Amino acid sequence: MKKYILSAVLMMAISSQTAMASEGAALPKQDWSFSGVFGTFDRAALRRGLQVYREVCASCHGLDLVSYRHLRQVDFSEDEIKEIAAAYEVTDGPNEEGDMFTRPALPSDRFANPFANANAARASNNGAFPPDLSLMVKARKGHADYLYAVLTGYKEEAPEGVQLMEGMNFNQYFPGNQIAMPPPLSEDGVEYADGTKATVAQMAKDVTVFLAWAASPELEERKRLGIKVLFFLIVLTGMVYAIKRKIWADLH
Amino acid sequence: MSNAFMNNPVIKWIEYRLPIFSFMDESVGSKYPTPKNLNYWWTFGSLAGIVLVIMIATGIMLAMQYTAHTDYAFESVERIMRDVNYGWLLRYLHMNGGSMFFILVYIHMFRGLYFGSYKAPRELLWIIGVFIILAMMATAFMGYVLPWGQMSFWGATVITNLFSAVPLVGEWIVQWLWGGFSVDNPTLNRFYALHYLFPFVIFALVFVHLWALHVHKSNNPVGVEIKGPQDTIPFHPYFTIKDMVGFGVFMIFFLGFVFFAPDFFGEPDNYIKANPLVTPAHIVPEWYFLPFYAILRAFDFNILFLPAKLLGVIAMFMSILILLFLPWLDTSKVRSARYRPIYKQFFWLFFVVCILLGVVGGKPADHLFFGLIPAIYVGKAATAYYFAHFIILTPLIGWLEKPRPLPDSISAAVTKSGTSGQGAGS
Repeated sequence: MKKYILSAVLMMAISSQTAMASEGAALPKQDWSFSGVFGTFDRAALRRGLQVYREVCASCHGLDLVSYRHLRQVDFSEDEIKEIAAAYEVTDGPNEEGDMFTRPALPSDRFANPFANANAARASNNGAFPPDLSLMVKARKGHADYLYAVLTGYKEEAPEGVQLMEGMNFNQYFPGNQIAMPPPLSEDGVEYADGTKATVAQMAKDVTVFLAWAASPELEERKRLGIKVLFFLIVLTGMVYAIKRKIWADLH
Repeated sequence: MSNAFMNNPVIKWIEYRLPIFSFMDESVGSKYPTPKNLNYWWTFGSLAGIVLVIMIATGIMLAMQYTAHTDYAFESVERIMRDVNYGWLLRYLHMNGGSMFFILVYIHMFRGLYFGSYKAPRELLWIIGVFIILAMMATAFMGYVLPWGQMSFWGATVITNLFSAVPLVGEWIVQWLWGGFSVDNPTLNRFYALHYLFPFVIFALVFVHLWALHVHKSNNPVGVEIKGPQDTIPFHPYFTIKDMVGFGVFMIFFLGFVFFAPDFFGEPDNYIKANPLVTPAHIVPEWYFLPFYAILRAFDFNILFLPAKLLGVIAMFMSILILLFLPWLDTSKVRSARYRPIYKQFFWLFFVVCILLGVVGGKPADHLFFGLIPAIYVGKAATAYYFAHFIILTPLIGWLEKPRPLPDSISAAVTKSGTSGQGAGS
């Protein structure tokens, strides 16, 4: 009896998973280098992803929580980081005369935001606000799979019976299916430095790896430390259990 | 404690002026007699105590880096995650520690329900425990607001708005809680102050909880009182080492989440900064509040002059407060469910209903189970059963049930069950 009730409750919990799909089509699962206990960020993909972010996403989306210097964590050299930063102009000041001035960004600066403020961002985007991407991978159900699905989930024509609102685009994975962002990626939209063919799927995958790192820059350190800590704890607990057996033995 | 230790001149000097060593020995040491048959379900209390200490320690260190201001709170948490040395570890420990605390305390409470630990003479011990869970809930609720994500903000808005259901002064109470006319900077500031204060209130309550525990000692799986020294063993080393085994297993579970699935218990929406102009599609509280959320939402109808919202709020608070009366609602003199065949069945049914309430609480109000059964009806039925369990079934079972014969003593039970393989965890 107990078992039947329990399994019924479990079924109810599971049945909700399918219901969630009504928010957007079920997300195809991708194979990510950073998932799993030993997961790490694929460095080549991450570099390509940074390129996609800089050449495509960054024209509208900020990355306010990430500094250029953070790229050291994923094996960019000091010089590379200086060069990447220097490509952007940031406002600083006031100087001794009391004036604001612009200067090339430094590694210690956050990624330069394309817009001066939220209103400027809305004004350039038909009133829609392009969200900051720093935490995008963590901030959506489905995480990296979701981001990849949305980037590749555009349909040129909305299916029959779907009335798109003015300026909206059809995306099969976006909740509600109507997204203000036009398809950001197009075949050969970037020219990869490492010669990889820049298909939409490739770019989507690469930029997702980059943004997964941006959202969880601690991931590699966390998993490395976690393996050591858990190994230690399992050995310790085993030893403590042996001592417990020994101490309790004289009671029986 | 060993004679060599107590004869040390420094120890003797201190002990003469402040008998702290004998106090410790009598509280959690070799002079504290403990029922010899306590199983691993009895380790959850000490585990919860350890987690409380972990929460206070990590919390104080997070407070050194956190900024309680609506403009900076979200960013300061991300700064902790990205720029503070091991800040991510502190924050994930604290975040998951909250969930762990509730898992442990819920198990601790269900253990008390199963083995009748709330019965005379331990009623006050149980009642203090109810106050501890209430203080924990207040602390957890306010803590969840601090990162100032979307769920922080909207959760705070929904929950504080509940008080507007209070007749006449409701609106006034809500504004008083907010320190303004909506959840805003003054709200965040006071929640931060109280979130820092409450753990120490919990700590004090835990101390009183232990004080009461030490008067009549632990209940045990048989539910028969200690009758003499043959029924007990010293807390140290037997239960110190047994608790350490439990601690090890628990830490593997806890740190497994911290290192490999740190956001498992969280909502993705809370990684979006709070925005009063955008309401999330589906506002849900943290998982440990879901059963109570289901009870709150079960009331979508008025009764006479009582509006639905007020009924829901009363029911939600009563679902915890009713535990205060449990020692008197349970009319059976037999403590342990092992000797109460009928109660045992209903205990498990009640447990399943609590889980079911949690499942319902996590669903949108218009959700259909199997595309057929509206969640709201399941919630109503489960809520009705939750209260019926305490108000109707518990007293009735106590009167009608014929308990199995109790063993004469703990040691008699241990020697008997030792052969039948029902050993009480040794």
